[in-house]
Amino acid sequence: MSDPGFFGEWGGRYVPETLVAPLDELEAAWRAAREDEGFLREYRRLLREYVGRPTALTFAERLSAELGLSLWLKREDLCHTGAHKINNALGQALLVKRLGKRRVVAETGAGQHGVATATACALLGLECVVYMGAEDMARQAPNVLRMRLLGADVRAVDGGSRTLKDAINEAMRDWVTNVRTTHYLLGSALGPHPFPTMVREFHAVIGEEAKAQFAAGPGGLPDLLVACVGGGSNAIGLFHAFLGDPVACVGVEAGGRSDAAGEHAARFAGGGAAPGVLHGTRTYLLQDAAGNVLPTHSVSAGLDYPAIGPEHAHLRDTGRVRYERVRDGEALAAFARLGRTEGILPALESAHAVAWVIREAAALRGKRIVLNLSGRGDKDLATVAAAFEAGP
Amino acid sequence: MSRIDERFAACRAAGRPAFVAYLTAGDPSPARTVAACLELERGGADVIELGVPFSDPIADGPVIQRASERALARGTTLAGVLDLVRRARAAGLGLPVVLFSYLNPLLRFGLRELPAAARAAGCDGALVTDLPPEEAGAWIAACRAAELDTVFLAAPTSPPERLAAIADASRGFVYAVSRTGVTGEQVALSDDARPLVERLRAGGKPVALGFGIATPEQVAAAGAVADGVVVGSALVRFLEEHPEGDLAERVRWLRSATETPR
Ligand SMILES: Cc1ncc(COP(=O)(O)O)c(C=O)c1O
Repeated sequence: MSDPGFFGEWGGRYVPETLVAPLDELEAAWRAAREDEGFLREYRRLLREYVGRPTALTFAERLSAELGLSLWLKREDLCHTGAHKINNALGQALLVKRLGKRRVVAETGAGQHGVATATACALLGLECVVYMGAEDMARQAPNVLRMRLLGADVRAVDGGSRTLKDAINEAMRDWVTNVRTTHYLLGSALGPHPFPTMVREFHAVIGEEAKAQFAAGPGGLPDLLVACVGGGSNAIGLFHAFLGDPVACVGVEAGGRSDAAGEHAARFAGGGAAPGVLHGTRTYLLQDAAGNVLPTHSVSAGLDYPAIGPEHAHLRDTGRVRYERVRDGEALAAFARLGRTEGILPALESAHAVAWVIREAAALRGKRIVLNLSGRGDKDLATVAAAFEAGP
Repeated sequence: MSRIDERFAACRAAGRPAFVAYLTAGDPSPARTVAACLELERGGADVIELGVPFSDPIADGPVIQRASERALARGTTLAGVLDLVRRARAAGLGLPVVLFSYLNPLLRFGLRELPAAARAAGCDGALVTDLPPEEAGAWIAACRAAELDTVFLAAPTSPPERLAAIADASRGFVYAVSRTGVTGEQVALSDDARPLVERLRAGGKPVALGFGIATPEQVAAAGAVADGVVVGSALVRFLEEHPEGDLAERVRWLRSATETPR
């Protein structure tokens, strides 16, 4: 890989000219910060004292026994604000200070990245605007209230499919307009360079901790890592430290209701995706024959996105990571089962990873598996209640 | 000399700025776009930019977003836009036509195939909003081979080295974005505009100024600074409010405050 902005043929920086110089400036600031002991010390201190890292690696004893395998949960749900998203939000917010900017815009799907960004901005005294699709605001209402209580200006996006993709569109329009004063705090390992690499680095702590915890506890390396994949940040955060090791990796996408166009958000496993460019990066994209982006569906707002981070496109092409999909109903059932067996209610996003392990248990018999429990499920109670009321 | 070069040269010789008119192709209907192009020519426009509608127009404000939605709802595709250009040429359109598109529809069509197809349909140039010159190597090569002019955007945030590279990669003209932001009407020309145009002029190519220019006074002010003036959202909004309104009349009005040649 000669060009740092590409992963094989994926990635790059496909943005309007107005954003090119600001992205150069961001990249320079980030490269300087990652070499700066003072910056790293402050970031690690916040991860420890504010986020509560390291997060636990929990052996899921009863579920493991039921399934005939050994499952450990990397407990990102225990991070302050309830999901992995805060690792990246704090890292970028510290960079905003270095850039001398005072205003932050962000998009959010499930609301977890919005809450994490609002939190980081409150902590560091930055102005915060969060764009959120109107449909997502309805299904993740508790997070909307949390963001507002944290001082963020939450703006409903009514265009398009009224979900994550449209929130990113609107955040990018705000950014291009206010770019001299504003940083776009992108919430997943996607978008134009340097975001996919920078966001991965801020989340790499997940896999680094898990690797050390596994070696110190169960011993050796796990056989398999599993994580859900929306844009791909929690998955790449877990996988990255293990990519050079003989450890299998599975990314689980949102299979929605069916494989029909518009009914899912499975860019790899669902079919219908083709190479394309959306939101500044070249990757696999759910699109029609004329190159317009297709609508998506998932019960989980955080996975409901038509493109995937470019590094995942590369990891898929090279075969290093396998991508699978799980339906809405399977994720809902896994949500309930993890609650009953382990006393943990996962985010519906994370429940997709759990559901895949449950479904494939026979093939995974005896395996030692680490699953990224990327967030907690409190935000999803209304969705889950409505689904269970409606019946299977 | 391309048809675009000739137009800018003729405007310069006449001592007036070129009037570049943007429309979203297929809005409100394909047939209306063909007629609209002919009206623009009758009204005295010099260059037509035809926007290819896209589902996720991140560089556009609400007016062009709505136009794109209407055009997509009518089934407008990139191949369909080329067909509209063919029909407009058959109906006698003589103005240079520049395609204005996001990258993904072009990728889907085939980046290597599109320039020749566009040229065959009667297009003279293309501008890709989200394709900066450093990612455009293959695109530029295909356009050069097909003799399709490549227009690139320059922005108020672009540093001097980039402006030189942008001007260098551009053919026909360079498009100076008058302010940071998305397309849409504005109340006054931004302070960024003049210094940007002046720096770009050093590249020796005509510079057209666009984004937000919406009134006769703004057209005149932009025309005093640049070699060309692009009007987009104001024309698209006119069509939204008056789908059968006379665009020729509208172009004449927009140019009414511009000094006539000395
Ligand atoms: C808890 C949780 N997990 C996963 C995701 C999906 O994002 P990513 O694929 O970037 O980890 C989200 C996104 O909102 C989330 O909130």
